[in-house]
Amino acid sequence: MSSRRSRSRQSGSNSRITDDQINDLVSKLHQLLPEIRNAHSDKVSAAKVLQETCNYIRSLHREVDDLSERLSELLATTDNAQAAIIRSLLMQ
Amino acid sequence: MNNPHHMNPRSLKSRFTTRFLRALTKIRAQKPISSSSPTEIFRRYRKIKVAADKSMAYSVRSRKTWSRAMLWKLRSRSHRRRPVKTKFRQSVMKNTKTTTTTGEDGVGFGVEASELRELVPGGEAMDLCNLLDETAHYIKCLTTQVQVMKKIADFYSL
Repeated sequence: MSSRRSRSRQSGSNSRITDDQINDLVSKLHQLLPEIRNAHSDKVSAAKVLQETCNYIRSLHREVDDLSERLSELLATTDNAQAAIIRSLLMQ
Repeated sequence: MNNPHHMNPRSLKSRFTTRFLRALTKIRAQKPISSSSPTEIFRRYRKIKVAADKSMAYSVRSRKTWSRAMLWKLRSRSHRRRPVKTKFRQSVMKNTKTTTTTGEDGVGFGVEASELRELVPGGEAMDLCNLLDETAHYIKCLTTQVQVMKKIADFYSL
């Protein structure tokens, strides 16, 4: 009856491994986030990490948007020689 | 690994850069006469954005669930069929167990997890472990995408 509710404590190896796995994955995510505001980055809750992750992904999406717009305006004005230069510079 | 002068030709960064530059060249070749009008700029912006996502998804191919979902989305959009996204989602969700994310010990993050599922392509069909793993990879790819696009924009601004 209460097996589902106390699954994280009682039902043995399966969910204990899953909990640890989840904590590992959450801290792995935490390390990818920009550490601007976290003073005590060791003890952040999983919910906070996920929240920050969502915010970070949204800001990355916005950056891609802005860069696409910027590139669109730049493509209107540049000439063809630069493409070859850029490719060679980036692919060195 | 962080050699500033040589780029590993098989790295995600160089695979993305090659594809994206190729796409940009094609987009620029489609220049109409009024290439600086706001409408044209907007149309090109849409094409560039799709090219950026496409280039990234193809650079990862089917190795990750999120890239498969993105490729699926891009293909069904370009073929202009009836949106098959719901069928895909339903058939995948039938076979996937979703781990409950609310616990008795206060480690509940169900709301945040479902928010994350909406942001990561294909996230709705992933269990929690896969979602977290895919998110980490997705973020790495997004930062690469931003990094390369910034470099290109800076070069074009010279």
